[in-house]
Amino acid sequence: MTALRLEQLRKDFGGVVALAGIDLEVERGEIVAVVGDNGAGKSTLIKLISGVHRPSGGTIYVDGEPHRFHDPIAARAAGVEVVYQDLALVDHQPVYMNLFLGRELTTRFGRLDRKRMAQETQQLVDELDIRIPSAQVRISALSGGQRQGIAISRATHWARSLILLDEPTAALGVAETLKVEEMIARLRTRGLAIVVVSHNLDQVFRLADRIVVMRRGTHVATCRCAEVDRNEVVAMITGLQGRKAIA
Amino acid sequence: MQADPSSSPLAGRSPQLAAGQGDRRPSLTQRLRAIEPDRYAVYLGFVAIFLFFSITLRNDGFTSGRNLLNILEATAPITVMAVATAFVLGAGEVDFSIGAIVALSSLVAALVLRETDAAILGIAAGLGTGAAVGLLNGTMVTRLRLPSFLVTLGTMGLFTGLSQRVTNLESVPSVNETFNDLFGSGEVLGVSTLIIWSLVIVAVGHYVLRHRRVGAHVLASGDNAAAAQVSGVRVGRVRTGVLVASGLSASFAGLMYTANLHGASYSLGTTDLLTVVAAVVIGGTRLLGGRSTVVGALVGSLILGVVNNGLILSGFSTSEQQIAQGVIILVAVALTLREPAR
Repeated sequence: MTALRLEQLRKDFGGVVALAGIDLEVERGEIVAVVGDNGAGKSTLIKLISGVHRPSGGTIYVDGEPHRFHDPIAARAAGVEVVYQDLALVDHQPVYMNLFLGRELTTRFGRLDRKRMAQETQQLVDELDIRIPSAQVRISALSGGQRQGIAISRATHWARSLILLDEPTAALGVAETLKVEEMIARLRTRGLAIVVVSHNLDQVFRLADRIVVMRRGTHVATCRCAEVDRNEVVAMITGLQGRKAIA
Repeated sequence: MQADPSSSPLAGRSPQLAAGQGDRRPSLTQRLRAIEPDRYAVYLGFVAIFLFFSITLRNDGFTSGRNLLNILEATAPITVMAVATAFVLGAGEVDFSIGAIVALSSLVAALVLRETDAAILGIAAGLGTGAAVGLLNGTMVTRLRLPSFLVTLGTMGLFTGLSQRVTNLESVPSVNETFNDLFGSGEVLGVSTLIIWSLVIVAVGHYVLRHRRVGAHVLASGDNAAAAQVSGVRVGRVRTGVLVASGLSASFAGLMYTANLHGASYSLGTTDLLTVVAAVVIGGTRLLGGRSTVVGALVGSLILGVVNNGLILSGFSTSEQQIAQGVIILVAVALTLREPAR
């Protein structure tokens, strides 16, 4: 079943159209990149799917079920996880508390089950090959790449259908970027649908199966990575070339 | 970057190579930072100060059982407020109105006791006053989106003035024996009820902050409110909750003062704010939120109590004690507030 389907999804901010009716389908095991210039509506799109903003019109289907998310918690309950650009982690807490933030495991008596959270975290970071000193270490002691690794692990742990990544490597160096890209590529095999917003076209071509091009709140084109080259995508982003056949 | 971006270079690259370029095995400094030696500084400081006075004041009865109990009794109201303040600071908020709440709620309790002579009504009125002021603070912070330091500065002035006005600067005696025994001058098995209450509140506070989900949510809200919010933490409720707890704790301290002194006055608690915040920060709580410890707050409170007691026994005057307290606070804040460079 299609993990994510958008039907004429739109958003106005007091008369300003941020998103003018987007249709999109993303299958499980597929990575779709969303590209576009600043103000194209990429972030708005992510915020609508993740429940941060409420759509002005249209429908979001997750695993075939129509949803109207009134907050991020509702989106998470539907199996949608987000990896934010600015890393939604709490610095002074250990890794395992971040992994379970808002969804802490407790014993029967409501006591935090730190041991079990730490064990499950260790298992997960080992499985995803994220090198950290231990699950007990505080986030503030980690590098940018390690932090983004934790953020992606958290999304992987909780997502049942879809992971949205908003500029996941914007704050990282070259080596760390490659490492994070590798993590994202491996998520395919977990049967999750993945939507990545990125400014980095090289990255988009390395990672994505399909590219969605947006311009000024509209959906300009969707193409298979294998069927276009970089220059064509740049042309679509900037609007110097007309509509490309929709793949 | 690869020459041909359309082919997938990820496919061919070995994961070991990428890992070697990206994250090295945790370095020695990373491992050392994970131990966080500064967390234990407060305990060492306490031991050092205690030993210092034990030696210099060995002939003045510093280490006598009676004197040690004195220290615990004198710090009990500070400790109670420090527990709640550990939550408030941990949540990234601050409550400047605790001193004013001490005065107002002890006056309210004493007035109700005078009119009704029913301990239960006095207690309820006192604690109710503290909770109500806390709720007012919390509501203004969350509904009007005002910073808590401004809101509580305002309510501090408001309720300090109100306390002076309501009694015309006169104190109100508390003659209800049940009340006085319960919160101040009574003893259970030879231990003052002041000490028992403060230790119970420390234990509860520690358990909630360290072992309940709400404690984790308090620290997450103070650390990164946006992250906490998108992770499902109800940050507004956390903020209101810690300010209500703070108001409650201040009114509880007010009951302790009133019961211990057998009377309430507008001047009760007016100098406590600095002491309480100092105790909590010395204890290792981060002034800017996200990190907090109740046990540390207790030890911080005891450090200040020991220093005060030691200075009194050494024959220093009140003004000299204040100078010493100020210096200790500055040193502690300088040591704890410096964030390690990234």
